[in-house]
Amino acid sequence: MDFQISISGFVAIYIFMLAAFAGWVIIGHVPAILHTPLMSGSNFVHGIVVVGGIYALLNASTVQEQVIGFVAVLFGAGNAAGGYAVTDRMLAMFRTSGHPAGHDAHGKSGSVKSIHAKKH
Amino acid sequence: MLTLIPQLGIGAVDLAAAFLFLYGLHRMSSPVTAPSGIFVAGIGMAVAVLASFLYAFDVGAAARPNLPVNLGLAVVALLLGGGVAWWGGRKVAMTAMPQMVAIYNGMGGGAAGAIAAVELFGNKAQGATALVMTLLGALIGAVSFSGSLIAWAKLDGVINKPVRVKGQQVFNGLVLLLTVVVGAYIVVASADSAALILAMPTWIYLFFAFALALGILMTLPIGGADMPVVISIFNAFTGLAVGIEGYVLQNPALMIAGMVVGAAGMLLTLLMAKAMNRSVSNVIFTNFGDVVAHKQGKIKGELKPTQPGDAGIAMRYAASVIIVPGYGLAVSQGQGKLYEFVKLLQMGGVSVKFAVHPVAGRMPGQMDVLLAEAGVPYDMIFQLEDINDQFATTDVALVIGANDVVNPAARTDKSSAIYGMPILNADHAKQVFVIKRGEGKGYAGIVNELFYADNCNMVYGDAQTVLIKMSEAVRGLGLPAVA
Repeated sequence: MDFQISISGFVAIYIFMLAAFAGWVIIGHVPAILHTPLMSGSNFVHGIVVVGGIYALLNASTVQEQVIGFVAVLFGAGNAAGGYAVTDRMLAMFRTSGHPAGHDAHGKSGSVKSIHAKKH
Repeated sequence: MLTLIPQLGIGAVDLAAAFLFLYGLHRMSSPVTAPSGIFVAGIGMAVAVLASFLYAFDVGAAARPNLPVNLGLAVVALLLGGGVAWWGGRKVAMTAMPQMVAIYNGMGGGAAGAIAAVELFGNKAQGATALVMTLLGALIGAVSFSGSLIAWAKLDGVINKPVRVKGQQVFNGLVLLLTVVVGAYIVVASADSAALILAMPTWIYLFFAFALALGILMTLPIGGADMPVVISIFNAFTGLAVGIEGYVLQNPALMIAGMVVGAAGMLLTLLMAKAMNRSVSNVIFTNFGDVVAHKQGKIKGELKPTQPGDAGIAMRYAASVIIVPGYGLAVSQGQGKLYEFVKLLQMGGVSVKFAVHPVAGRMPGQMDVLLAEAGVPYDMIFQLEDINDQFATTDVALVIGANDVVNPAARTDKSSAIYGMPILNADHAKQVFVIKRGEGKGYAGIVNELFYADNCNMVYGDAQTVLIKMSEAVRGLGLPAVA
């Protein structure tokens, strides 16, 4: 059995088309109030580029490739970690009047979690 | 056989990661489920990164001797890049969020460009299609990288004026053309290596130099208030670049995640442009703010300054108040003091709501985040289309550091640069107070006739200072709180 992934021609275009459509539909449902966390959240998602960076770096055979590969992983990791940190921080701040739990500078207040507990 | 298990492992984990990204983003469609959404996506990212080390079992013969070093480099880069960015993301003030997102976005674009560079310098992309895709991803990634850095510099105030020269668009067009020509030459020359004029690496350097220059040149002329559109575009660009490099590396998780973000960024870009009643190309290619030197009709009335205390007390005796926050609130970091003042009003039985314009601030939804940070419950925050009818039945509209988004010229003055832009109907309220630093014009450089209207009073000063004075005045009344 062969697990080697091979994507070419129309298959690639199908993947791109379906993914673009999914992104469009999913994001279309996000209310305007969440546009900033949404933007930093999608910013976080393209941090997956770090995986490509690791691939490139592990396969680097010259010093030049190693240097550029290192930069790729460095930037990709920054994109992913930073995107997650700010998105998580922002989302933890949104609360309703029903849960006026005191403002918590670290954004890890229980109020958001308690909303979860109620709705699920 | 040795490569079978790693391939299976990476394939399965990346599939799971792609699903978790989609599901996580889907959960972000409500403030209630959103925190779990980013957590779900975060798990997807963590497992994908861990699984990517399985590539170590599958490296080519040329890179095998370097593997121990490369593994070490990868771990160091991950910890260093991730650690610094994490620390920065935890520390940054909420008001500085737009430039932070710009930086992270630039990093993603830079990473995509760097991956392309490794592929190109290592001559790993075989065949014209793969080469074209690599170059395309490199171009978009590099533009997003350098453009995002300029956007960061603008948002952070390092560059505080749009840089515009005559013939800039033509020049930018030429740079783009040059980039494409060099890229085409690289493709042709790789197919027929005899045709090289300069050594291949030189051409690749040239290609990246032009692409990076293009990102800088494109972003320099764009002004601060157009940044919501610019940040959205570069977010989409980075997504596209990641998706394309995903194709080059034959990694469907990158393709899907990149393309989802690309589409999402495009949608947001269009929403922002629509909220300004301008096309995306108008934002990118028009020197907005310069062109408004046209004659403006004589404005009737005069500016009527008032004291913060008087305005605060007037609001305390009103039945209903709608607050319109703008970028000025973010600049003064006044969101906390604003909510303190609002709570005083609410204790007195005043009904208070917030009205947020889609392009208020420097990135989509920035005002919503600032209000959330101050502790304002999100059910008090209303978007333009939901609240605009209510201004007419409201006693007081309090405009804080916003200008163009409440300028009635957008409704009536066909010659105005902002004509047709949906605005908040603050002028329909019985009384309007505007907190503003001074008498300057808004971003669009247009006089705001709202400020001269009979029902409008100006409160000059820094938003935070003014709000503190308003709260003091209301407390000084010593009125009993209404339960």
